[in-house]
Amino acid sequence: MRKVYLDHNATTPVHPEVKQAVAPYLSEMFGNPSSIHWAGRDVRKAVEDARQEIASFFVCQPLEIVLTSSGTESDNLALKGVAFRKGNAGKHIVTSAVEHPAVMNTCRFLEAQGFRVTYVPVNRYGIVEPESVRKAIEKDTILVSIMYANNETGCIMPIEEIGCIAREAEILMHTDAVQATGKIPIDWKSFPVDLLTFSGHKINGLKGAGGLIVRKGIELEAVLHGGHQERGRRGGTENVVGIVGMGKAFSLLRTGMEEEVRETRRLRDRFEKALFDRIPELVLNGHPAERLPNTVNISFRFVEGEALLLNLDMMGIACSSGSACTSGSLEASPILMAMGADPTDAQGALRFSLGMGNTDEDIDYSVDAVEAVVGKLRAMSPIYPREAKVR
Amino acid sequence: MKRRILAAMSGGVDSSVAALLLQREGFEVIGVSMDLYDFSAVTKNREGTCCSLDDLYDARRVCDKLGIPYYVLNLRDEFRREVIDPFVKEYASGRTPNPCVLCNEYLKFRALLRKADELGAEGVATGHYAVIGREGSGRCRLFAAPDAMKDQSYFLFSLDSGRLARIRFPVGEMTKQEVRRIATEADLPVYEKKESQDICFVTDESYAAFLSRRGIQEQQGHFVDREGKVLGAHKGILNYTVGQRKGLGIAAKEPLYVVAIDAERNEVILGTEDATLSKGAVVARPSFVAGAPPGREFRATVKVRYRHPGVPATVRCEKERLAVLFDSPQRSVTPGQALVLYDGNEVLGGGWIECASV
Repeated sequence: MRKVYLDHNATTPVHPEVKQAVAPYLSEMFGNPSSIHWAGRDVRKAVEDARQEIASFFVCQPLEIVLTSSGTESDNLALKGVAFRKGNAGKHIVTSAVEHPAVMNTCRFLEAQGFRVTYVPVNRYGIVEPESVRKAIEKDTILVSIMYANNETGCIMPIEEIGCIAREAEILMHTDAVQATGKIPIDWKSFPVDLLTFSGHKINGLKGAGGLIVRKGIELEAVLHGGHQERGRRGGTENVVGIVGMGKAFSLLRTGMEEEVRETRRLRDRFEKALFDRIPELVLNGHPAERLPNTVNISFRFVEGEALLLNLDMMGIACSSGSACTSGSLEASPILMAMGADPTDAQGALRFSLGMGNTDEDIDYSVDAVEAVVGKLRAMSPIYPREAKVR
Repeated sequence: MKRRILAAMSGGVDSSVAALLLQREGFEVIGVSMDLYDFSAVTKNREGTCCSLDDLYDARRVCDKLGIPYYVLNLRDEFRREVIDPFVKEYASGRTPNPCVLCNEYLKFRALLRKADELGAEGVATGHYAVIGREGSGRCRLFAAPDAMKDQSYFLFSLDSGRLARIRFPVGEMTKQEVRRIATEADLPVYEKKESQDICFVTDESYAAFLSRRGIQEQQGHFVDREGKVLGAHKGILNYTVGQRKGLGIAAKEPLYVVAIDAERNEVILGTEDATLSKGAVVARPSFVAGAPPGREFRATVKVRYRHPGVPATVRCEKERLAVLFDSPQRSVTPGQALVLYDGNEVLGGGWIECASV
């Protein structure tokens, strides 16, 4: 069976050059970067080289980067780190209604700790409007946290405008850029943001490595207390393999991102157009233009996303639908609901996210498969209207 | 091409062995579990219920072992609509409902059959202990399991021949020992799990607490005798069920039992042991495996609750009701429970006890 991977917003395949780069760190380069002897020294150099690669990509200083285990940990560090350090100055945080659970649930936790959180709504395209952020800011707001691009719809937020609003009000600004990284160029020097979350496995690196850029001069309370690693901001022996892999992935992006984005966008546009041309009753979730070049989120009306997803899985096509519950089952996406989508349309939504390795043949195969499965499921659906069938 | 079938996996040993046996028979098996309820909202998880998160983990590990795909299907809306809401309503009207029959009827063998259609599978298999007889004509019949201790045919009475044709019970004719032996030999990670029990969605709390969270408030009222004489105060009708003796807190010469519950008057009627006996029952919403009753009036063995040994009875079909007359009076015939009709070990059908007849 042909296998087509269209779920790059969940995770990405490991780049062959990343695999090659980490190989020595699975054998002879085993030292602890904190050790003073030869075994530690060389590995420490590898970690710092990786940090340098990441810094070059974002055009930030290497010591502004705190290496962590994941985007989730970075989000936790940003929010809790600021809240617990600046909690005396204020108790209010502004975020959006469509954040990743790593931000959303950290905010809920902080609410239980006595902080107040405003969840700014989005417009019908799923985009946070800068004016809404401005209105949400209160006297004792200490942090604004808005994602750069949404994981489900791919919508890109006007993060620079929002950052400027936060700056004017002298409030720290955090952005979860896990999905935007590698798809939108970021220049930290002129970027009006103080804290930025990224992750290694969304850019063809390894799982288990991420980071937070912390603008020089900003102090954070540590979340993981332990050794002096990351200059006391994150205890724990470094995930050397993951960090080296992430460094390589960023160095590949630095030279190859433009070309990669162009090709992904071409395939995505072709895929999207073919689906809309061939299948009636589709709804595009998200903004038609202000969107990551690799993502398309579509509601297939009169069909359940779950049934579609499982059928496509059985045909070798990997994509995603809604958000997974703790049990692993699917529920209507809170993101789409926040955009004001019709609940039944939200149930029938699928996200396709493209990336490295996808080909024109993948697209042809997938369009045929989606058309066939949607046709089959609609034929079974008691609610699919007859006139639509004729059309 | 291989025949594809859905195996409903509870994470227990029975459904795990069922999936294994189908695979050995040559089916392309797809393991599925139903996500019915947000257990995290009420409990940290509890062993011994059908579909807790730990059980989903076990089901996934069994599917990994078998090398088959495993999906968790979200059926929370259906479960709320078809099982929980009626459960709450039944309790509020003074009956003692049986949600497990509803779950079989609407979830396992309706929603899952729909999922089977959607996934291109011919049917659904479960780990129930019951036997389906398939006749040449395509007609299917339902029988009790040979292992009387495990027999679950009582919970399956509402399935008709058409649906049975698409259902399989691969362990239905086995004993629990055999099932455990197969699981052990195949090294399935669940071979020593304990039995599931109790209603899965009422977890760490009492029924009364569960129902009160659903907006059914407990209201104190009176215990009365048959003549309406007040005997004392009760804590709310939700706390009582027909046949109950313990926890009434009424002192009397002879032990008193709950004989009936009158929701409208918010009264719990008490009587002596004799008063809990009923000569028969009126049964609502009857259904028959064959699609129709064997006659306008017929003889059958009836079970009025799951562990009931069964009593011979005469059944008369009335308009949308069955009038059942037991050969000998039966204790604690409880409104809301299923009454299931057997001919020997064959399930003819059944319905829901509306009231006991004195």
